[in-house]
Amino acid sequence: MNILEISHLTMRFGGLVAVSDFNLSLEKGVIYGLIGPNGSGKTTVFNVITGFYKPSEGSITLNGHNVTGLSPDRITVAGMTRIFQNSRVFRELTVLDNVLIGDHLRIKSSPLEAVLRMPAYVRQENAAYEEMMNLLEGLGLVHLINEKAGALPYGLQRKLEVARALSTHPKILLLDEPATGMSAEETTEMISFILNVRKDFDLTILLIEHHMQVVMGICQEIKVLNYGKTIANGSPDHIQNNQEVIEAYLGVD
Amino acid sequence: MDISQILQYLINGVALGSLYALIAIGYTIIYGVVGLINMAHGDFFMVAAFLTMWGVLQYNLPWYVAFAIAAIITVLLGLLVEKVAYKPLREQKTSSFIGAISVSFLIQNFFVVVFTSRSKPFPHPAILDQVLNFGKVALPVVNIAIVLVSAILFLALFYIITKTKMGRAMRAISKDLEASQLMGVDPNKIIAFAFILSTSFAAIGAFMYCSKFPYVDPFTGVVPGLKAFIGAVMGGIGSIPGAMVGGFLLGLGEIMLVAFFPELTSFRDIFAYVILILFLLFRPGGIFNVKVREEKV
Amino acid sequence: MNKSLKISTILSIFAVLLILAGSVLGEKYLDAFQIRLLNMWCIYAIMVVSFNLVYGFTGQFSLAHAGLAAIGAYTVSLLTMAPDNKQLSFFITPPIWPISVVQWPLLPSLILGGLLAAFVGYLIGAPALRLHGDYLLIVTFGFSEIIRLLLTNMPSVCNGAIGLKGIPGYANLTWMVSSLIVCIFVTKRLIDSSYGRALKCIREDEIAAEAVGVNLFRHKMLALVVSSFFVGIAGGLFSNILGTIDPNTFRPYLTYAVVTMAVLGGVRSLTGGVIAAAIYTAMSEVLRGIEAPRLFFNLQFDGLPGLRTLAFAIMLLLLILFARGGLMGSKEFSWGGVISFFQERFNRRKQEDKP
Repeated sequence: MNILEISHLTMRFGGLVAVSDFNLSLEKGVIYGLIGPNGSGKTTVFNVITGFYKPSEGSITLNGHNVTGLSPDRITVAGMTRIFQNSRVFRELTVLDNVLIGDHLRIKSSPLEAVLRMPAYVRQENAAYEEMMNLLEGLGLVHLINEKAGALPYGLQRKLEVARALSTHPKILLLDEPATGMSAEETTEMISFILNVRKDFDLTILLIEHHMQVVMGICQEIKVLNYGKTIANGSPDHIQNNQEVIEAYLGVD
Repeated sequence: MDISQILQYLINGVALGSLYALIAIGYTIIYGVVGLINMAHGDFFMVAAFLTMWGVLQYNLPWYVAFAIAAIITVLLGLLVEKVAYKPLREQKTSSFIGAISVSFLIQNFFVVVFTSRSKPFPHPAILDQVLNFGKVALPVVNIAIVLVSAILFLALFYIITKTKMGRAMRAISKDLEASQLMGVDPNKIIAFAFILSTSFAAIGAFMYCSKFPYVDPFTGVVPGLKAFIGAVMGGIGSIPGAMVGGFLLGLGEIMLVAFFPELTSFRDIFAYVILILFLLFRPGGIFNVKVREEKV
Repeated sequence: MNKSLKISTILSIFAVLLILAGSVLGEKYLDAFQIRLLNMWCIYAIMVVSFNLVYGFTGQFSLAHAGLAAIGAYTVSLLTMAPDNKQLSFFITPPIWPISVVQWPLLPSLILGGLLAAFVGYLIGAPALRLHGDYLLIVTFGFSEIIRLLLTNMPSVCNGAIGLKGIPGYANLTWMVSSLIVCIFVTKRLIDSSYGRALKCIREDEIAAEAVGVNLFRHKMLALVVSSFFVGIAGGLFSNILGTIDPNTFRPYLTYAVVTMAVLGGVRSLTGGVIAAAIYTAMSEVLRGIEAPRLFFNLQFDGLPGLRTLAFAIMLLLLILFARGGLMGSKEFSWGGVISFFQERFNRRKQEDKP
């Protein structure tokens, strides 16, 4: 069974059709790329499937469950977490708090139990703390746990966002232009980072990216959008040689 | 209730509606240009009325001289407040609101401290106190004046907004501040102009309002200000035709509610707030469906 | 529990016991004026702490405080007043049953007052919390006024505009202080929990919070309902020490005063809120003295009514322009902080003593 099924997804804003008849069958464990010129609707697709917009038409099925039209928090609970194009760390909160929040959706205690510090609640909090410390250590961020997230340099903020997304225990990770604003060296780092994270956390990844080096390097399959429509589908080789793609959008590197 | 009674209520409703519309425009101009609810607008209104009254009572000036001076002072006050309290807080929603409401209380209580809160009679030309009688229906001359002055001002405003450079710049800013700046528009000049317009309307509105309800105290601006604000929201905050229509409908509606349901008179104010909340919940853009600013994902 | 946490807890328990003992002594030995000031401080402090929970920590600028306090005040008053006093107060329209006969002790009345206020907070929040910025504040303000106006227009339930007289003053300083301690305890515990983290995320970035699985509406509502509960209790205590209330006691100015105190103390600091409430209460009294007419060097000085409000308005304007973080910013009282403060002074002294 495919982990994510999107069929006939269409998004209209008034008279403007931002996305038209978008279809996707995502296999578990795959890294799937979504590319296209600016304004082709890639981020809109992300916004719709993560619940920030309600689709005008179409359906989204995650692990067999219909998640069409659910609010973003419910979709994250269902196992799909996204990272934004611009850094959206919680700036005034510490690095530690930024990742601990990902555990909150699993807390089973009520607010009253939390206020009274019931043993079950304390146990959950301690377990979350352990898990997050390990996560941060694995990602090389543990020495920064008490720093305010907003004070970190941009590259580390991006890493923190990935850590935060991972703390929600996603099955699918949506990355929106993770390599933006990065040097060549940082980009290479980001590539191996994504590959490691997929392996260590058993993830499926859907990726929007402009850096062709990243896309062609790690994506197993790619879909190309232009003006909201899908114009090509397939392996990196196939896409690179597709005439329509080349015409619509010369790969920028 | 017979036709003459209905006519009577209508006459008063139209007058009150015009007054609210005049005041509502002040709110909407500012909101359209800087995205701020100028909570002190009602108090600028009061300042104009109060200083006019003071000029006549204390210095024996003729009413038109006192009013002219009062209006100029009100406009200058508005510019001062904008420069000192609003400009530094531009684009910060809650802080600018807190600033605006502080200015409001500041002005009110400054007047209380300096002039005491005793209500004083408002001087106006005697002709406005005349009443024309048509059988059982009484048409106060002041009502005629209110409608006439309002109509002239609305037309003047339309001309300014559509035909003058300043007016069009104001509309540009209210649609998109950044783009206007890129086009070479100096926002500070436009915002100052908007405040001049807004306070002028407040001053004239004050004169007409206090000619009809001729008592002034430091809190005179509170209730009409609030009602006019609700009217502006109803019509669509940021839209000038919206303010006119919304303010007018609220004033007219208030009177007609009392006319047809006298048992509900004490619920008049609740009625206004309920309308406000219903609009904000179900049609935040108001009657004219102004676009609501949304954050981009 | 680790060592520093244990010490903190012991110190806190000790401090609470000390404060409670102090309140009993205070009730006995301080004069009525001083007690009244301390009572007002506690009531304002509860209101400010509750406001900070919703605004400073969750980012929702709700202006419903006055209305919610009114709910608590009227509930507690109507429940605790003796039936005879009610008949006296309701001299135009008699009270309906069961209000006419009920008489409860203070504690259950306070709790019911808090619960009713929390419920009304829920009713307000259901529509209002889906809105943002200007719209949220307008709607909550509107609801607060509607509550006040409804109270003015329900003579058989709460005596309308005439108000209530003869509210028994059961609450003493110990009640006030205990309520404040409970309020701070619950609020702080909530803020320091996983839920508190969710609230802060909502304040920082609602969209990112949603993306991390935080249900915006439920958490905003949590903050509002908890806050409303305590505002209701504060209102109930307020009615208790005033003895008389009417709908005008709960005009928007009350909410504005709470906002002033919150900004003064720092909207993200509970400690700041408590300190600001003290400053406000003290300043109010000092300014009230100047406001009233008095004999000053044998000259009749007519007093300056409105001076208090003017002074506070100027203060708030200056704060919001130049010192938005208030006195405490987002710092909180902690035993560790106190100890390190003294340790620093001690070390500096030692340095100075060295030859």
